[in-house]
Amino acid sequence: MRILASCRFPLLVSSLVTALMLATTLSATSAHAAPRANEFKLANGMQVVVIEDKRAPVVTHMVWYRVGAADEPRGESGIAHFLEHLMFKSTDKIAVGEFSKIVARLGGQDNAFTSQDTTAYFQRVAKDRLAKVMSMEADRMVNLRLTDNEVLTERNVILEERRSRVDNNPSAILSEQMDATLYYSHPYAIPVIGWEHEIARLDREDALNFYKHYYAPNNAILVVSGDVGVDEVRKLAEETYGKIPSNPEVGANRLRPVEPPQLAARELVLTDPRAGKASFHRYYLAPSYVKAQKGEAESLDVLVRILANGSTSRLYKSLVVDKKIASSAGGWYHGDGLDSGKVALYAIAADGSDLDQVEAEIDRVIADVAKNGVTEDELRRAKMGLTADYVYESDNQSNMARRYGWGLVVGQSIEDIEEWPAAIERVTAADVQKAAQKSLDIRQSVSGRLLPEADNDPGTSNKRASATASPRG
Amino acid sequence: MSLLRQAGLHVRAVARVNFVNLLAVFFLLNIVALSRPAQAMDIKTVKSASGIEAWLVEEHSVPLVALRFAFTGGSSQDPADKAGVSNFLSAMLDEGAGDLKSAEFQERMEDIAMRMSYEDSRDTFYGSVETLSANRPQAMELLKLALTKPRFDDDAIERIRGQLKASIVYASRDPDRVAGNAWYAAAFPNHPYGKPKDGTLETISSITRDDLEAYRSRIFARENLKVVAVGDIDADALAKLLDEVFGDLPQKAKLNSVSDVAPPKKGSLIVTEMDVPQSVAVFGLGGLKRKDPDFMSAFVLNHIIGGGGFASKLMEEVREKRGLAYSVYSYLSPMDHSAIFLGSVATKNEAIAESLDVIRAELKKMLETGPTEEDLKNAKDYLTGSYALRFDSNAKIASQLLGIMVEDMGIDYVNTRNAQIEAVTLEDIKQAAKRFLDLNDLIVTVVGKPAGLAPRG
Repeated sequence: MRILASCRFPLLVSSLVTALMLATTLSATSAHAAPRANEFKLANGMQVVVIEDKRAPVVTHMVWYRVGAADEPRGESGIAHFLEHLMFKSTDKIAVGEFSKIVARLGGQDNAFTSQDTTAYFQRVAKDRLAKVMSMEADRMVNLRLTDNEVLTERNVILEERRSRVDNNPSAILSEQMDATLYYSHPYAIPVIGWEHEIARLDREDALNFYKHYYAPNNAILVVSGDVGVDEVRKLAEETYGKIPSNPEVGANRLRPVEPPQLAARELVLTDPRAGKASFHRYYLAPSYVKAQKGEAESLDVLVRILANGSTSRLYKSLVVDKKIASSAGGWYHGDGLDSGKVALYAIAADGSDLDQVEAEIDRVIADVAKNGVTEDELRRAKMGLTADYVYESDNQSNMARRYGWGLVVGQSIEDIEEWPAAIERVTAADVQKAAQKSLDIRQSVSGRLLPEADNDPGTSNKRASATASPRG
Repeated sequence: MSLLRQAGLHVRAVARVNFVNLLAVFFLLNIVALSRPAQAMDIKTVKSASGIEAWLVEEHSVPLVALRFAFTGGSSQDPADKAGVSNFLSAMLDEGAGDLKSAEFQERMEDIAMRMSYEDSRDTFYGSVETLSANRPQAMELLKLALTKPRFDDDAIERIRGQLKASIVYASRDPDRVAGNAWYAAAFPNHPYGKPKDGTLETISSITRDDLEAYRSRIFARENLKVVAVGDIDADALAKLLDEVFGDLPQKAKLNSVSDVAPPKKGSLIVTEMDVPQSVAVFGLGGLKRKDPDFMSAFVLNHIIGGGGFASKLMEEVREKRGLAYSVYSYLSPMDHSAIFLGSVATKNEAIAESLDVIRAELKKMLETGPTEEDLKNAKDYLTGSYALRFDSNAKIASQLLGIMVEDMGIDYVNTRNAQIEAVTLEDIKQAAKRFLDLNDLIVTVVGKPAGLAPRG
């Protein structure tokens, strides 16, 4: 339903490709006494993180660039993701399209993904193949070659990707329209995959300009997890990435337009015969972990867990179980953004109920939490659930690489990441109530309705799809 | 009321202990340094006193246990006029059991940080449970209740019915799902495999508590049960657990007989109009069953055709050379009573015909000339070299082993599988291709507003 990240190859098709593309909201981990990850820097400024897990003779190798869709030049939406695809073309050493084939011949799997804040590339291989994939990844950091023909063919692939992900799916269209409305000024308004008309104009020069500026060791983080030690990674990294000069042009500060105060709630209606069922969606602008006051993002994680996660949540119990006005209801908090986060809530109307009822009940549940807070039982279960998710995810070395990579690329420290469960444990019922009062502010929200057929609103009848926006009082 | 409150207090006390356990898990994860090469993985067979067998991989470095199990059954055991019972049941097993109503049951699961989920395929009903080892007794108690005494309360049934109906409505607007269902309907007319696995609005509306209970009591039995445990548990404890959790199930399942079936030997093109910019096509043929002597050869061939991502022919021709699609792939799906080779592509309406032409040409080439020595070597290098990647976490080991059990490939399969792939020759592949790759039989279903597609066959 949401595009958090857009990637080169559809992961849903094959059990062979095991990576999870859509990142979890966690940016988590353990008690500070025993750091799980080791960190060092190469002379050229490249940050390196190693997470040892010796249970299987396998490693996950990732490079995270501190650049994403929100860093794109105006009018060139989609260039970060387009470049991610083009990184699989050629260098002096790698023939066109050979990168993934070489990894496959090594018995490895590879892929890449782009989000608003980062672009990441990874391979999973037997541990004795690590040196080879590191040298290949380092090579394409600076030696990419592109021809016009390759670029134009790949542009068609991306237009098809957009049709698959967005245009063939009314929920995805509404989500894109809601993001575009949630931000007045910040580029998170623009979809990661790009607007179709802008993708259609992207060319080789756009891609290379973006590449030459942002792809450099001092703008990248290397994360290796699995059956490998710090000393070996240091040696291999110095022999590969360490040979690449840094680029002084790319700054440490990622300055983007700052949102002005948001003073008006917004409402969208998308009518689309393909919608199937009427559904209600709400996005709130919220702080992210790296922008929040201490403890604030953790409180939001706990709040949204209590409010909207699973069948014991407030929204589900009220809308689905008690009032029976929705067939399902839920939500999530994205706290991993560089500049801001988002709380998303949704409900699908039950047969015979309408979205006015659904919206009113969601607002009543939120107001109740803001006024009366949450119970100690709810607080305990929510903390347990968040922490348990962390534990179960830690079973998987790819998840570990992702957790550290994502945290570091938006500016968290390893300590921040590993201290997360303890920080969750410190959240009090009062903190949760305060988060509901402060962050679930209707003036900083967008409400979206997806309707299978036009209701009596004259502004919403259209053959295929229409969107209307209006401030609400 | 007071009993409930007591139960609540008990749970709270337990939960506090558990939080400490969770932190202990972080700590242990930090210092683990055990080596476990996939090749040397020690898979034990465990037999309980009552005769239930399971496979076990012990991994005591992390205090977690992953349990995966399966009952032969799945949607092909749905009553003829009630497609979707199996899927309905898979959504009901955490909706209350024994004395615990839905919310109480789910809160108990959360209190002990237990994960439990169910899903069904056409032939199999799958269960998955993960728990901290300290909470294993409580988790197994809940699992046993779910399997043996689900409540099926009216309000829970109606709630899940509403969700299933909504998901069927969404699926009916999703070009991928519509194309897939249309393919199975065309390939298996008058057979359970041809019905929509999750049912229709009509069948879901008609399913009652008795239908769910009848399915559960017919299918959940010891003789058609497969179990795998991975993690912090030893053989003795697992043997006891098997009897505790599954021992009360009847010995014999009452499976309806399902006839063996093959897709018609006659190609067809079925277009379903939908107002979307991109058409989705599903294409397929009869395939080879898992125990067919040519299966491994067909498996390697499929990897070369469309199973190998960017190393596959379809990806090369459709996406890399022509930019016609983001996604194109194929796979072999052996079933208990049939076998298919299936693939899919999505291309804008104006060009879907070209994508399908390119795919046909590649399939024809694979049948007539076959892959090269280099194609074969590359495929073997990937398939054998990447096998270890499927075993790098407890959860993945458990899923892999359960798959091997369900397909009845034997406990030694993990050790012999790569040698079976290495043994495949070009001649074997040609032989296997002749067995199934007949383009005259290709069934194609397309959803969208495709231009320039003429019905064939």
